[in-house]
Amino acid sequence: MKKTIATLLCAGLSAALLAGCGSSDSSAGAASSSSSGGTLTLNVYNWGEYISDGSEDSYDTVREFENWYQETYGQKVRVNYDTYASNEDMYAKLSAGAVSYDVVIPSDYMIARMASEGMLLPLDFGNIPNYAGIDDSFRGLFYDPDNLYTVPYAYGIVGVIYDANQVDEADAHGWELMWNEKYAGRTLQFNNPRDAFGTAMFKLGIDVNTTDKAEWDRAKDALMEQRPLRYGLVMDEIFNMMESGEAAIGPYYAGDYFTMADAQAEGVDLRFYYPEPTNYYIDAMCIPTCCQNKELAEIFINFMLSRDAAVANAEYTYYASPNRTVYTDPEYLDDLGEDTIAILYPGMESFQENFNRYAFRNLDAETLDYLNTLWENVKIN
Amino acid sequence: MKTLSRVFTGLIFLFLFAPIAILLVFSFNETKSLSVFAGFSLKWYRELLHDQNTLDSVRNTLMLAVSAMLISTVMGTAASVGIHRLRSRALRRLLNTVTDIPMTNPDIITGISLMLMFVFAGWLFGLANSLSFWTMLIAHVTFCLPYVILQVLPKLNQMDPALPEAAMDLGCTPLRAFFKATLPEIFPGVLTGAIMAFTMSLDDFVISYFTAGAGFQTLPIRIYNMTKKTVTPKMYALATIIFFVILTLLLVSNLTDREAAEQRKKKTIKRKGTNP
Repeated sequence: MKKTIATLLCAGLSAALLAGCGSSDSSAGAASSSSSGGTLTLNVYNWGEYISDGSEDSYDTVREFENWYQETYGQKVRVNYDTYASNEDMYAKLSAGAVSYDVVIPSDYMIARMASEGMLLPLDFGNIPNYAGIDDSFRGLFYDPDNLYTVPYAYGIVGVIYDANQVDEADAHGWELMWNEKYAGRTLQFNNPRDAFGTAMFKLGIDVNTTDKAEWDRAKDALMEQRPLRYGLVMDEIFNMMESGEAAIGPYYAGDYFTMADAQAEGVDLRFYYPEPTNYYIDAMCIPTCCQNKELAEIFINFMLSRDAAVANAEYTYYASPNRTVYTDPEYLDDLGEDTIAILYPGMESFQENFNRYAFRNLDAETLDYLNTLWENVKIN
Repeated sequence: MKTLSRVFTGLIFLFLFAPIAILLVFSFNETKSLSVFAGFSLKWYRELLHDQNTLDSVRNTLMLAVSAMLISTVMGTAASVGIHRLRSRALRRLLNTVTDIPMTNPDIITGISLMLMFVFAGWLFGLANSLSFWTMLIAHVTFCLPYVILQVLPKLNQMDPALPEAAMDLGCTPLRAFFKATLPEIFPGVLTGAIMAFTMSLDDFVISYFTAGAGFQTLPIRIYNMTKKTVTPKMYALATIIFFVILTLLLVSNLTDREAAEQRKKKTIKRKGTNP
């Protein structure tokens, strides 16, 4: 009796296991043969909260794509839209070979790493005619010098946010503000090594991608010096701390400044400026080698560049778009307003040069190790 | 002394419930802010109902938790009965320790090792997507099982072994004896085990994170991934709803428990009364 039950349980479990694999297998099969009448599947892997998703009556990008595809190609497509919280999480999932995604949207340095490890497929730009809208400033950047693998989705620049009711306008310039003793106990700093060291290195004029340990030591000293002035090390906690006026100064991305300014409490007057030089980043759409239906993925990327989707996503995320279709669109310009546009798009002339010079790159293992050790010291002491 | 203990109790409750209270209050906020209450509004509840992705992940989470609960309760009870019947004490102890391992093992190690195993199995079968709902289910059953066993085994030890024997003497098959005599005796343990399994599965993040396949994300994973920007107040609304649902369930189960206990008491009194 016992044995029968055990056998039954085992059989049930293994049947379940096989059924699971079978179903994922058949969906993959359907996806690769576009002639079959079944539903296609597209697996998209993106940052959380990084696409217009229909909330607050916005444009629902994923549903719109599904509808548009069915109207245009007469075939159903189902988009599995999953999210990740960091480049490293995404990389871990993909490199383990555990899942197959068709479109991923990592940041610049991670793209460079994935491309060098052969994890990306070259795109067929014949399927992505809307790529024409991408400005030349966003082509040939260090992470994809020959424009083989990527279509940029959004970019951002780090700036300093401050509360004009607590900070003198005269002090509000450069990275020095974050080291100004007048605002002791009211300054925030990034809670991740690369960005935190970045602020100190930009202030000192050190190359953020240096392999010289002495330079990293100098940056660490600057961070130690800032320690008594700091209110805390933060990532997304910064939103509440700045909005409420709890902290007076904090470095973050231009797009997020608007989110904060929208929600600021009474008696708080948040302003924003770019110190020179500062950090740039780009997130770009790519197709990983585990992709099951490359053509469909390219059609999706093209759709993301089309006017309605691209404008909706830029408005939803509040990040700057490298797509000319977006930043020359009268409705978009009108919706955001002149002041917002001026901050989000601070001039494109030297973008390429600045980006290649000031964006974070992959550090070699030894430097990264050293940085992590220094960072532990900064956090503890 | 009495006031002191009251203050202490008060403080403990404050620390336990203040975060939930804050979440509850700000779920009704008109703006996104967590520091300024701009006015009462049901906006975020409306938003939540329109957010298909979040609703999908709630559905995924519940589906997974219920299946994991059912499977691990059945398997765990069966395993407990098996362990209980073992004659060799050494073997019993060994099995007890082995089943405890998934519970004491750090989640991250369980998660990564399960993922590696699934990827390896997927590679053997030549699959592109080795992770799916089913792998997640297996993972959840794995870490829920020890909790069920932990609840059921003591009940079996407390039970009078003569009960199933008597049932079999009176003509029951062993299976029937289990359902008629053993199961009613150990049922409170089985129920607690099932509830434990359900809650463990519901709020697991780490193991799910490593074993989730494409197109099947649970709620904890979705919330974690929102940290690039801030977590939207929709989630406060969702957490408030979940809190109240669970509170109601707890109240109901406590009330029925008490009723059952009272009935049992009456029965025993009656039985004692009729026995001369």
